[in-house]
Amino acid sequence: MTAAGLREPPLAKALLIVAAVAYVALMLLLPLGAVLTEALSKGWQVWLAAVSEPDARASIRLTLIVAAIAVPLNTIFGVAAAWAIAKFDFRGKTALIALIELPFSVSPVVSGLVFVLLFGAQGWFGPWLQEHDVRIIFALPGLVLATVFVTFPFVARQLVPLMAGQGRADEEAALTMGASGWQTFWRVTLPNIRFGLLYGVLLCNARAMGEFGAVSVVSGHIRGETNTMPLQVEALYNDYDFVAAFAVASLLTLLAIVTLALKSALEWRYRGELAARR
Amino acid sequence: MSIRVEHVSKSFSAYPALGDVSLTVDNGEFVALLGPSGSGKTTLLRILAGLEVPETGKIWFGERDVTADKPASRGIGFVFQHYALFGHMTVAANIAFGLKVMKRSARPTRDAIGTRVDELLDLVQLPGLGPRYPSQLSGGQRQRVALARALARNPRILLLDEPFGALDAKVRRELREALRKIHDELGLTSIFVTHDHEEAFTLADRVALLNQGRIEQFAPPVEILDNPASEFVTAFLA
Repeated sequence: MTAAGLREPPLAKALLIVAAVAYVALMLLLPLGAVLTEALSKGWQVWLAAVSEPDARASIRLTLIVAAIAVPLNTIFGVAAAWAIAKFDFRGKTALIALIELPFSVSPVVSGLVFVLLFGAQGWFGPWLQEHDVRIIFALPGLVLATVFVTFPFVARQLVPLMAGQGRADEEAALTMGASGWQTFWRVTLPNIRFGLLYGVLLCNARAMGEFGAVSVVSGHIRGETNTMPLQVEALYNDYDFVAAFAVASLLTLLAIVTLALKSALEWRYRGELAARR
Repeated sequence: MSIRVEHVSKSFSAYPALGDVSLTVDNGEFVALLGPSGSGKTTLLRILAGLEVPETGKIWFGERDVTADKPASRGIGFVFQHYALFGHMTVAANIAFGLKVMKRSARPTRDAIGTRVDELLDLVQLPGLGPRYPSQLSGGQRQRVALARALARNPRILLLDEPFGALDAKVRRELREALRKIHDELGLTSIFVTHDHEEAFTLADRVALLNQGRIEQFAPPVEILDNPASEFVTAFLA
């Protein structure tokens, strides 16, 4: 067959490109532009006032705290789980993989409700917690638990196929050269997965900061205390305070853009390494 | 250092990989484990390295029972079929790895490690390639680096898993000769796994022919050719 026979007709090509670009513009760029336009519709001063108002600042701080606890936890457990799954054979491996994926298939609202059922006033451990004056639901621990649950799969899912594909030979080589298990992990395993790990952490963080459903159930919506940024956006929107709502939303949008930029930067930075491995 | 394998058995889930294998390798010998895939030759090599644990039997290195020892404390060098070089480290860092992970009290100084790396690069005929990365080397060069890396801690025993498997014929021949020379020079006791009988017969002092987890014959190449011990041996060499 000639090369011409393999080439698609120019008209089909043009149509496909136009359709793809139009779809992306409609579904992604338009909402993004709308958020930023609305946020800045009354000017920079109003935007700045809206995001530096005490309740908004409290929500930003809370979101950062929740992410700062949930993301490292899921990074550590994600690496541990992926390592176990990819490098060892044991009974119940498939069950563990299915369990890790569970948060993806459960509605976030249900994820939040689970913790209310466990730790809420009427929940299993509710009376005991009340007796000992420990607050989990409608407080920071509940927000962290719900966020950890929802974002659990991101790191592990990113790493399992990567580590399984790399096999065990590198680790075995390190062991035969006298390295301890710990040395093998830090000097061989971790450098081998660093790109995938950073990627997973980035996605995990974006979701941790943006999570709404699960967090909404356990938060109690106390402004300035238990409202994270997404919850604050909803609260402001329900007050018909659209500019303020979009101002806080624009910060979340910025987070998405920064995440995307970092992700692309990572891909660019490690492109040589990725190519060399294939 | 001599190696003694006594009544070693190992099975993977259902099928037996090794059934009651015994074998003695003399100090300084170069031995090939030869057989078709699934014959248990790689399993036996990995048991010698401590990467697999036998269900029954014992492994002796010289007068030492190493059956329960971890790979790290066996004093062996191991070369993998697909090199298993660390892609994020330079060639020099790969070779120095075994020295750098030593306990502080036993670890050579940075200068001593550098000297040793240069020495090993000379030994495998890759002088000056220390700053390169494995991805910048050819297959034959990578396997030479893997060999240098395995020798860094001065092992008395060298174990090689299909070391030439992934290389083309010409590079194979060169590397074979280099390996035999290094083995003789350093006075190593070496065992390598192969499924290529020509390779086993040209390189090894003695060849152990495995089939379905058992040793069919363990003898010098000439004797196997003149006097095959079983029908399987005759058929495998045909």
